[in-house]
Amino acid sequence: MMTVQNHVTAMVGNHAVAYAVKQAKPSVLAVFPITPQTTMLEKLAEYIEKGELKAELIKVEGEHSAMAAVYGAAVAGARVFTATSSQGLLYMTEMVYWVGGERVPIVNAVATRAIAEPWSIWDDHQDFFSKRDASWIMMMAENVQDAYDMTLQAFRISEDKRVLLPVMMGFDGFILTHTMERLMVLDDEIVDKFLPPREFSLIDFKDPVNVGPIAAPDDYMKIKYETMKAINGSKAVIEEISKDYEKITGRKQYGLVECYMCEDAEYVFTTSGAWTGDAREAVRRLRNQGKKVGLLKIRVIRPFPKERIKEVLKGVSGVVTFDREYSFGSGGVLATEVKASLYNSGIEVMSVIAGIGGKDVRPSHFQRVMEDVLNGHKFEERWLNE
Amino acid sequence: MSELVPEYIRRKKVISQQHFFRGNAACPGCPIPKELELLLEVMGKKTVLVVPASCSTVIMGDIHGSPSQVPVIHSAFAASAAIASGISRQLRMRGDDAKVVVWAGDGATGDIGFATVSGAAERNEDIIYVCYDNEAFMNTGIQRSSLTPFGAWTTTTPTGKREFKKPVPFIMIEHKIPYVATASIAYPFDYQAKLRKAKDIQGFRYIHLLSPCPPGWRFDSSLTIEVAKVAVETGVWPLFEVVNGEFSLTGLSKTLLDKSKRKPVEEYLKLQGRFDKMTKDDVRAFQEAVDSMWEYIKQLVKK
Ligand SMILES: Cc1ncc(C[n+]2csc(CCOP(=O)(O)OP(=O)(O)O)c2C)c(N)n1
Ligand code: SF4
Repeated sequence: MMTVQNHVTAMVGNHAVAYAVKQAKPSVLAVFPITPQTTMLEKLAEYIEKGELKAELIKVEGEHSAMAAVYGAAVAGARVFTATSSQGLLYMTEMVYWVGGERVPIVNAVATRAIAEPWSIWDDHQDFFSKRDASWIMMMAENVQDAYDMTLQAFRISEDKRVLLPVMMGFDGFILTHTMERLMVLDDEIVDKFLPPREFSLIDFKDPVNVGPIAAPDDYMKIKYETMKAINGSKAVIEEISKDYEKITGRKQYGLVECYMCEDAEYVFTTSGAWTGDAREAVRRLRNQGKKVGLLKIRVIRPFPKERIKEVLKGVSGVVTFDREYSFGSGGVLATEVKASLYNSGIEVMSVIAGIGGKDVRPSHFQRVMEDVLNGHKFEERWLNE
Repeated sequence: MSELVPEYIRRKKVISQQHFFRGNAACPGCPIPKELELLLEVMGKKTVLVVPASCSTVIMGDIHGSPSQVPVIHSAFAASAAIASGISRQLRMRGDDAKVVVWAGDGATGDIGFATVSGAAERNEDIIYVCYDNEAFMNTGIQRSSLTPFGAWTTTTPTGKREFKKPVPFIMIEHKIPYVATASIAYPFDYQAKLRKAKDIQGFRYIHLLSPCPPGWRFDSSLTIEVAKVAVETGVWPLFEVVNGEFSLTGLSKTLLDKSKRKPVEEYLKLQGRFDKMTKDDVRAFQEAVDSMWEYIKQLVKK
C-alpha cells in the first residue's frame, strides 16, 4: 500500500477540478467559456501559460467544436478534458452522443445549471440528466473534495480497457464551482501512480482503420449491444477503482452509492449532487429526535446502480427521492429510476421536486418533508415551490 | 493497432495497392474517387482523412471495409475542422509529422460547418481543408446549399435558386491563412501542384475543388471532366492560389482576365439540365455575376 499523501488546502470547486486535471496531465484540452464553469477554464489556461501543465488548449469557437476537438485528439491517443454547463452542454449534444457511440475515453466536467428559456444561470440538474442516454458514464459530486477525487477517478475509469467510455462528472453550479471548501490534494507522484499515461491511439499508419463509418442494421445493433455490456460492466470497475483510490488517500470513497444511517432506517432520502450534504444534516437532526431515517446518495447516475440500490434499501418502508430536474409529462428522473430499481419490492417511492432553477433548498426543507411523511402525509409527487 | 482497442473498433480497410480503391460506392461518373486518389498520391500514407456527413461518407465504405489506404475519421456534419484540429494538436504533442486533411462537401463547409471552418482557420490550425464542391446537398438527394449557383434547379429550388453562390474561397482569403487555392478535376496537374504546395506549408491551408455531380447537375456521366473544364473556360470557376496573401491566377485562368478570352457562360449552363429553367434575364444575371467576380479578381491580382 502506498503512503497516504494528502495536503490540506482550500479551493473553490472549479479550481479543485482544474487542479485535478493538471495532475492528470491531459495533452489536449478544448474548453469554451460558460457561467459557472468559466473560472475553471481560466485556471487551466493559467496552468498552461505558466508551463505547469504541458498541454494544448484549443480555444474553440463553441461547445460543439470543443467536444469535436477533444474527440479528434482522443482518437489520436491523447488524454483529453473538456468542461461545460447548461446551454453549452446542449450545444455540444450531437458530439456528446458521437463520442459515446465511438467509445473514446474523454472526461467532461459539467457545472450543472438550469436550461433556458427563461434564462437562468443558477443550479439545477436538467442539463446533466438530459444526457443520460448518450452512452456515457455519469457521476455526481457531493462537495469540492468529491469533485477533485471524482475527476481523477474519471480519467482512470474512462481509459480502463474494460470500459473505454467517456465520463461526465457533474457538480452543482455555483454551489460547488464557486464555494471554497477545505480540500485534501494528493502529491503529484501519487497521482502519477494512480493514473499512468494513456496507452493507445486509433490512428496507426501501419494498420489504418476507418473510425466511425456507416453500420448496417445488424452491425449497428451489435455495436449498441457491446456498448450496453461495457456500461453495465463498468459498475464493477468503478467500484474497484474507488477502492484503489481509498487505499491511496485513506478517505472513504464509496463506489456507486453511499449509505448514511440506512441500517435500521424506516424512511430514506435518495439524493444526488451537492444537496446530499443538506439531506445528511436533516438526517442527523431527525435522528437526534429519535426518528429512524437515513440517506442514500446516488453517486453514479449511469450506469444506474439498480442492484446496489435494491440491496441497501432492503427492509425500508419508504423512500423520498429529491430531484432537481424533471422529465415533463413523466416525473423526477431519479424518482422514476429509483422506482424502477425497486419494482416489486413493496417499498413506497415518493418524489420531491425542488431546487429547480437554483431555488433555495436547505436542511430544514428536507427535514420538513420527512416529518410530514413520518406523520402519515404520503404523496406521489410534491413540488417544493412555496 | 494496440491490443487495448476492443475488437469492434478494429475496422479494417480494403487491402488494395491503389491509393483509393476503384469499385467503391460512388455514382458512375462521380469525380470524388479520382479526386481522392490524386490527393493521396501527393499526401502519402502518413495522412489522416477527416470526413463529415456527405456523399463521401458513403463512398468510404461501411464498418467492414474502407476503400482508403489511410486512416479515415468520420465526422458529424458540422464538426470536421474541429475534429481535425484535435487530431493535429495531438499529433504535434506526440511529435508525429503526419498530415491531417479534411475532405468535406460544400454544405459541411459553407453552411452547417461554416463557424467550425472559420474558427479553425482563425486559429491557424495545422490542417489542410479541402472542400469538394458539388454545389448542393447531394447525399440527402440534391437540396440547395449556400454554394448552389444562381438559377440552378435543386429539389428545394424547383424553379431555380434565386440567390448567388456564397463566395467561400474569397471569404477564406480574408482569414489571412497561409494558403488558399481553387482547383478543378479537369486540371489534375494544377490540382496536384496545389496539394503539393499546401503539403509543405504549416498552418491552415484551404483548397476549394469544383466537383461536378452527374445526377445532381443533370448531365450524362461521361461528361464530368468536360463540365469541369468548361466551368474554367467560361470563367465561372477561376483557378487561383493565394500564398501568404499573394494572389495569382493559375493555368488557363491566367489568360482569362480579358473578358473576350472567356467563353460565354451559356456554354457551361447548356451542358447541364439543372439550368434548364433559366430565362434569358437569368443567364444575363449569371454572366454579370461572373464578370463582376473577375473585376474583383483583377483587384486581387494587382495587389
Ligand atoms: C446535423 C445534421 N443535419 C443533417 C444531416 C443530413 N445530411 C447528411 S449529408 C447532408 C448533405 C451533405 O452535403 P454536402 O456537405 O454538400 O456533401 P455532399 O453530400 O454533397 O457530398 C445532409 C444534409 C446530418 N447528417 N447531420
Ligand atoms: S450524388 Fe454526385 S457527388 Fe454524390 S456520389 Fe453521386 S455523383 Fe458523386
